[in-house]
Amino acid sequence: MLLDPQFLIVQTLNGLQLSALLFLLSIGLSVVFGLMNFINLAHGTLYMIGAYLALSAVRAFDSFWLALLLAPLGVALLGGLLYLVLLRHLQRADPMRQVLVTFGLIFVGFEATDIIWGSLPHAIEVPALLAGRSSVLGQVYPTYRLFIIALGAAVFLLLYLGLERTRLGAIVRAGVDNRTMVAALGIDIGRVFFLVFCLGCLLAGLAGVVAAPVFSIYPGMDMSVLILALIVVVLGGPGSLKGVALGSLIIGIADTYGQVVVPELARVTIYALMALILLLKPAGLVPVRSGH
Amino acid sequence: MDSTTRICTATVAIIVCCAAALAAEPIRIGVLLPSSGVYAGLGNDQTLALELGFDQFGREVAGRPIELIHADTESKPGTGLAQIKKLVLRDRVDVVVGIISSAVAGAVRDFVHNAQVPLIVSNAGNDDLTGPQCSPWILRSSFSNAQISREMGPWMAAQGFENVFLMAFDYAAGHQAMEAFRGGFVAAGGTVIGEEYPPLGETEDFGPYLAKVKAADPDAVYVFFAGGPAIKFVKEWAAFGLKGEIQLAGAGWLNSALYIDAQGMDAEGALGILNYVPSIDTPENHTFQEQFRAAHGRAASEFGVAAYDSARLIVDALKATGGNTTDKEALVAAMQATRFDGPRGPFRIDPRTNNVIQNLYIFEVQAQGDGVAAVVQDVIANVQDPPNGCTL
Repeated sequence: MLLDPQFLIVQTLNGLQLSALLFLLSIGLSVVFGLMNFINLAHGTLYMIGAYLALSAVRAFDSFWLALLLAPLGVALLGGLLYLVLLRHLQRADPMRQVLVTFGLIFVGFEATDIIWGSLPHAIEVPALLAGRSSVLGQVYPTYRLFIIALGAAVFLLLYLGLERTRLGAIVRAGVDNRTMVAALGIDIGRVFFLVFCLGCLLAGLAGVVAAPVFSIYPGMDMSVLILALIVVVLGGPGSLKGVALGSLIIGIADTYGQVVVPELARVTIYALMALILLLKPAGLVPVRSGH
Repeated sequence: MDSTTRICTATVAIIVCCAAALAAEPIRIGVLLPSSGVYAGLGNDQTLALELGFDQFGREVAGRPIELIHADTESKPGTGLAQIKKLVLRDRVDVVVGIISSAVAGAVRDFVHNAQVPLIVSNAGNDDLTGPQCSPWILRSSFSNAQISREMGPWMAAQGFENVFLMAFDYAAGHQAMEAFRGGFVAAGGTVIGEEYPPLGETEDFGPYLAKVKAADPDAVYVFFAGGPAIKFVKEWAAFGLKGEIQLAGAGWLNSALYIDAQGMDAEGALGILNYVPSIDTPENHTFQEQFRAAHGRAASEFGVAAYDSARLIVDALKATGGNTTDKEALVAAMQATRFDGPRGPFRIDPRTNNVIQNLYIFEVQAQGDGVAAVVQDVIANVQDPPNGCTL
């Protein structure tokens, strides 16, 4: 079965689709971690809230595309509020406090979604434009999943250009490398942090919206992806865009093929891979920090 | 009135008052259902139906009011055990009803057995609970995993499905359902040509498994999934183009009334087997569905039915013992002797295993109006589990 090229094509597409979702989810986590040295465990919760906001938007406006626009903005707004009210004060706190507070937020998010949207699982429809199947190298594959892959690639390109070609991108890169030096140059690094944090939340919300039609929406849908996203961040090297992209690809493909080749060890494959890579490259695949 | 008379009168008054207080001592029922954690949705559904059941069948027996004391298991075994200890030791409940998760049921089993408190399990389907682990104090009003899936094997073989692919999460319930199906299906001449057990709680995507199903090209797939994953599975099944190519069949929670609307047309054509479907055409079921809809604005599910029937089981048994809750053995015997026609059909407890004996309904999901609904194709009457190592 593994040598059957048709089977390989479909499974590779499955892997790419998971990679694209993981990329959208992990990039915010990674940059915030790299830039601010801040571990936001509630990042997965924002992903879940993105899916629920999409559900409400679809119910209100009956349009997936409007949901795709509004829900991530809503999540970014929520993330911004969270930052101003709570997380800002934790920036210089020790990691244990950050972990405890953001871990607590996971429970708050869980109960809040339960109270607002109920505990029964929900689903939203794939938009009509993407509802069918397309042919890829002679294999039929759900069009919507191809859309997820394309979206992941497009966001990567945009972020790459933004980081490499804009002033803000240069500040962010410099901030990840050495934040004290950037601040000493007279740049308000706090504001940059805030913008980057909101952008990360927006992308987590976006991941939630695009995931909603494929996976169903239920309280606690964030937990399994949060762990995968953390693995991606650690693997890629915190703060590195290329690292996150590479880490997402490796984990997405490894998880998919792991489930197919050795289903008994489905989850073990990625942990083993993570252990191996960290053994060889302790700072991640694409380490960014030089001056520490 | 001299002082002696006065004291006598007062004494009599006190005795009368106490006797009245004793007679009116409430019957305490512990309700052990999750209102938080992964099974909160099912727990809330059962809580609503249980309350409806007591409204319907009586909140008072022999002058004693029935008092429900709720405790949240948080869907966790440790919390479940702590809560049932609190219900039994501190609140001194006479009967406990509830438990969604088989893990919670497993955790409380020994405590219930030793404390000798009647427990009515209203969901958790682990076969062992009314098999090798059975207890004279634990009755089950819902189902056993094997009870549901066992009958589907021969039925599908008789429908001409020869090669079947099995899929369920890798945990006790998944394996019990698949083994029960396999037993009957293989005995009836069918072949299992492949099987997959994705990890429970960690499977984000069924895509990789569906590609394997496609490659194996079976006549049908038999699955056991419920809740969020059931919606996900049915939608991905359609997205990958397997709908219409390969027959989808499953233990009927795949298309539960709780979320069949979320699956929509993607679920159309699926076959299922379950102890209840909302469309059963009996007066008992119509009454139940109408009351539930009037109170909560949606159709009641199989989870609700098990809780509703549990309320009736408790009330009927209490009536049979005249409201006496001190003789617990007599109370359990009364429960075992209780028979009635509920929303899902004839209901009684099997004294050999303490598991319910009930009808099973084989249904097909069909388009109806602008949605879909489970339409009954066949009824298998009075399905009874074999003792499976239980010696009561």
